[in-house]
Amino acid sequence: MADQKVPLLEVKNIVKRFGGLVAVNRVSMEVYPGEVVALLGDNGAGKSTLIKVVSGVYPPDEGEIYFEGKEVKINNPMDAIQLGIETIYQDLALAENLNVYSNIFLGREKLKKWLGLVSVLDHDYMHDESKKVLDRLGIEIPSLKNKIKMLSGGQRQSVAISRSIYWKAKLLIMDEPTAALGVAEQRKVLDLVRTLKDQGVGVIIISHQLYDVFQVADRMIVLRRGEKVGERITKDTNSDEIVGLMVGAELVEDSKGEEV
Amino acid sequence: MGQTLTSKREKNALVWFGQNWIFLFLLFLVILFSFVGRGFFSPKTLNNILISSSPALLLAAGEAFVIITGGIDLSVGFVRGLISVLSAIVMRDLYALGYSPAFAISVGIIVGLGVGLLPGLVNGILVAKFRVPPFIATLGMYGIANGFALRLSQGFPISFVPPQAREIGNGFIAYWFPGKGISFFAPPEGISGAEVRHIVGIIPYSILIAGVIIAVFSFILTRTQFGQHTYAIGGSIDAARRAGILVDRHLIKVYMISSFFAALAGVLSVLVFGNGAPTQFASSLELFAVAAVVIGGASLMGGKGSLTKTAVGVFILSVLEIGFLMAGVFPFYRYIAVGAVLVFAVIIDQVMPELVYE
Ligand SMILES: Nc1ncnc2c1ncn2[C@@H]1O[C@H](COP(=O)(O)OP(=O)(O)O)[C@@H](O)[C@H]1O
Ligand SMILES: [Mg+2]
Repeated sequence: MADQKVPLLEVKNIVKRFGGLVAVNRVSMEVYPGEVVALLGDNGAGKSTLIKVVSGVYPPDEGEIYFEGKEVKINNPMDAIQLGIETIYQDLALAENLNVYSNIFLGREKLKKWLGLVSVLDHDYMHDESKKVLDRLGIEIPSLKNKIKMLSGGQRQSVAISRSIYWKAKLLIMDEPTAALGVAEQRKVLDLVRTLKDQGVGVIIISHQLYDVFQVADRMIVLRRGEKVGERITKDTNSDEIVGLMVGAELVEDSKGEEV
Repeated sequence: MGQTLTSKREKNALVWFGQNWIFLFLLFLVILFSFVGRGFFSPKTLNNILISSSPALLLAAGEAFVIITGGIDLSVGFVRGLISVLSAIVMRDLYALGYSPAFAISVGIIVGLGVGLLPGLVNGILVAKFRVPPFIATLGMYGIANGFALRLSQGFPISFVPPQAREIGNGFIAYWFPGKGISFFAPPEGISGAEVRHIVGIIPYSILIAGVIIAVFSFILTRTQFGQHTYAIGGSIDAARRAGILVDRHLIKVYMISSFFAALAGVLSVLVFGNGAPTQFASSLELFAVAAVVIGGASLMGGKGSLTKTAVGVFILSVLEIGFLMAGVFPFYRYIAVGAVLVFAVIIDQVMPELVYE
């Protein structure tokens, strides 16, 4: 049924090489608004490289990218951000020495005039706006004036996600968002992903925790050695089948998924 | 409940101490030397400390910007010497050619400050575009600036600058002649030789110049987007890049600020001493600048630091120098004291808790 709509993101035949190594080999995929797509595969399968192509870290060697139906060239992180593609990397990309609201507004600070002369930071505005977005997402952080280094892993992840939401991400890409978190915090992040989905945001999530993936993903795409080896609707598959695809047990490939 | 309340109050006290100990320490040193140093607590000595601190204040303020980004600028000491020599040569030659002192001094200052941007531009490009570690890039500039300074000066101070230069460098906003009133901008007239000793200068020009410039840049650092990005780059250069901050361009500007401040220090030293001199190797100005910044709470890892506290760090170093001198203590104790304060500052920074908002 999703196929009647225009995909938010569509990539076609993406190839990315590092020297002689083909990290991503003719991979195609799409993500619809309000859909959570999981990207799965063993270590080195090419998941991170594929999403870095979409988020502008590596321009692709071959292939096309369409965003909201139009072909786009994404040459650097700013191009992606301007399209509405926000990425949460494994290492988070927050400035730990700055406080919560300063991170949400990092690089896009709200300014006001001081004595009608000079532009200075508008702390009150940034604080209040950040509070609003955190409240909307049900995130509790005692004070937004605290530096990031005082926060737990889950709170940091929440700040990173809130930043993407505040800046109106249409597509949110998350590389291993729960890897460094405790169980309760993992659940929080998954709840957040569901909230985003309800708000019509498209999500690509990379995770090693199959249990998590089955909780939130609508669709799963499995990569192996840079190639897409399977694509399944979550409710039509199970973890045995997915693990089989990941490690290359060909015998399970006859099920109903649409192979490439 | 009572337990947690007291421990919270204790923690807040520790946070406060961690943030403000250097102000107390400076006060303590001033009081200490007032008792042990003959004539330390006198307008003359205090003015001397202010005047001789001015160039050091500027060096340290520029250094602070670089250190907050997580870099270091080892070239500031010799850039100061180079610009001191260069601007003194311009002043001397224009004056000798018959131009007015005001013109000669102004052009000397402008040329010095203009050329002073170049070392920073080169350092910044090396660090930002060519990914040369700041230590190495600025160590290169350290040698180059010193070489040029020695070449230009032949190793001797440049004298014969217009005498008015010294009047600016050692002038005061106001002069107080006890019993006879105050005059502004120039010493009161008609005072005979022996009585001049009784005139008290109020606020030296040199500290005014350094103070105003540092106040402006402190405002930039704490209140503006430029300052925020400076801290962000020091906190996480990757986070800054991914947030769309133009990190390379920003770093180039920061290294230019640093060398501009070094140039200002050079120009100011011509005004204070009345000549231009290459920086002596043994003076290690860049290391004292780094020490002042670190005593002021910065970390060489980047991401934190303050210009106000850096200024206090500079005053601590100056008070130690002049105080030990006047107390008749062997000069090498000063180095030991500076080293001890530096280590103490780093330890305080490590052990005192961070401020947490509820
Ligand atoms: N910057 C790079 N330079 C060279 N090889 C790389 C680079 N990034 C990834 N690779 C290689 O590309 C392959 C895919 O890596 P990656 O996309 O990180 O896999 P995954 O995220 O699925 O674990 C691996 O063989 C990896 O070593
Ligand atoms: Mg990866």
